[in-house]
Amino acid sequence: MSKAIIIDDEPLARGLVREYLADFPDIDIVAECGDGFEGLKKIQEKKPDLVFLDIQMPKINGFEMLELLDPAPSVIFTTAFEEYALKAFDKHAVDYLLKPFSKERFQKAIEKWRERLGKKESPQPVQQLLDHVAQMPHQKDRIVVKSGSSIIVIPVDEIIYLEAADDFVKIHTAKGSWLKNRTMHHFEQTLDKNKFIRTHRSYMVNITEATRLDPYEKDSHVLLLKSGQKIPVSKQGMGKIREILG
Amino acid sequence: MEKKATGVFHSLARYQWAFYLWVLWAGIYAWSLYAMGFPARMAFWDSFISNLQLAGACLVMVTILRYYSPGRSQYLNLLALVVAITFIWYAAFRLSWMAIFETGIQQPFWETYFPVRLMTGFLVISCFTLFGVLNQLSEEKEMQVKRKTDAEKLARDAELFKLQQQLQPHFLFNSLNSISALVGSQPAQARTMIQQLSEFLRGTLRKNQEELVPLSEELNQLRLYLDIEKIRFGHRLNTLIEMQENCADARIPPLLLQPVLENAIKFGLYDTTGAVEISLKAGCDGQHLTLTVINPFDPETNSASRGTGFGLSSLQRRLYLLFGRNDLLQAASSGNQFITTMTIPQI
Repeated sequence: MSKAIIIDDEPLARGLVREYLADFPDIDIVAECGDGFEGLKKIQEKKPDLVFLDIQMPKINGFEMLELLDPAPSVIFTTAFEEYALKAFDKHAVDYLLKPFSKERFQKAIEKWRERLGKKESPQPVQQLLDHVAQMPHQKDRIVVKSGSSIIVIPVDEIIYLEAADDFVKIHTAKGSWLKNRTMHHFEQTLDKNKFIRTHRSYMVNITEATRLDPYEKDSHVLLLKSGQKIPVSKQGMGKIREILG
Repeated sequence: MEKKATGVFHSLARYQWAFYLWVLWAGIYAWSLYAMGFPARMAFWDSFISNLQLAGACLVMVTILRYYSPGRSQYLNLLALVVAITFIWYAAFRLSWMAIFETGIQQPFWETYFPVRLMTGFLVISCFTLFGVLNQLSEEKEMQVKRKTDAEKLARDAELFKLQQQLQPHFLFNSLNSISALVGSQPAQARTMIQQLSEFLRGTLRKNQEELVPLSEELNQLRLYLDIEKIRFGHRLNTLIEMQENCADARIPPLLLQPVLENAIKFGLYDTTGAVEISLKAGCDGQHLTLTVINPFDPETNSASRGTGFGLSSLQRRLYLLFGRNDLLQAASSGNQFITTMTIPQI
């Protein structure tokens, strides 16, 4: 018996997946969720073998929810998302179903999932998919992090600076600091390059938060922020600051 | 045949004024010659022949200019052409003069008279050429302006069309998916939804972007849209529409409200998990129609500084294209409420 969870904010859309799944008695629906928060909780609790996931949902969207899961479950996307956008991560998810989808198409997706299961393939390289998605415009304005059992959504505008911390990146805002399991490189790729500057190997600063730039030692400077923190600036970082501030 | 004849007559009639002008000019010319001491007969024929030939030369010049438009670097060629035509005219004039008056007479008078004739001929032909060139330039400029405005209008129409089309696909596909779900469990409800969706789509197809529609009509279209959204989101979505009675006939660009409501629904439903109320209020004075949409949102997950984000930027663009103003769409947040205000000038 396999366990499945359906996550979609529209009750009718969940109903359709449920109806199609009735043909597969060996798949048991262990939970139905209307938003990403609930979905996250249920996935951690029930450890499903398969997740039907909508992308546009309340609070946090499907991608943001996946970002918080490690390891990520097998996912079949069910979405009205434009096809061209989905093609890009075709290989990462088990399958994607474009709404409205037929029963035959649905059955194919289940078969595909079974095949992968039979081959005992390692969990999907979801990381790559999420890195790709993170670069889509609508993903760039906020970051979702987990803190204990709660989920925090950080608007990108509120970030003061980012600091490398071992395998994580520490995100500093006026309200506190959070860890995110991403690399500095990832944020360098996804955040607005005119606003966030990698001043140092381990630091990235929201330039609107900076007030003063002082020389420090030979070849290096220190950037003073409105909040009082001092951020080291390397020689390379200095070049980037000059480029942006002209 | 008859048509053609009257056509020629009409085009001749159009140049009547040129004929009168020529008669006046030739008359003054003859009178001047007479006043200078020419015998009357001689003054008449001299003026008649020379000016007839001059008119011919000018006509040739103007005709050439209708088919040949000299570039800036070719004005020297044009001058050469004017000089050449002047000399041809002059030669014709001298020949016919000699034929008529048979003057082998070599008097000092003629030695100054003919060069003066040559110069006046040159000046007249030059004047016509200049006139022709200026006319050409202004026509060209007019064409350019027309081409430019035509191109701009096309681009504007295309952009308006595109802005409108952008709003559809997501809504459409999700609605079709809902219908697909209803077909199994509630076929009657599925049929209702197909009806509503069709009516909504028909409404969007009918609309001409440029034409303004009465607010009451726009609100009907909006209700269709909201009914469909309510089926999709079930009990979570409540809407409240309030309109001042005197606003029913206020004019509004078609399909303007739907994206705003769509945006409000996105903000409201996607940021909160409970039931959501979205309200629309319409008020008007003589000059403006003011529409206010209020929806709840979660300040924790969305910074208000995002301002007019989401689908509103394309709406702003649309209003700018239609009214040439950038201040017609305002978005603000207060507490847990997001308020979008649109002002539609009533012309």
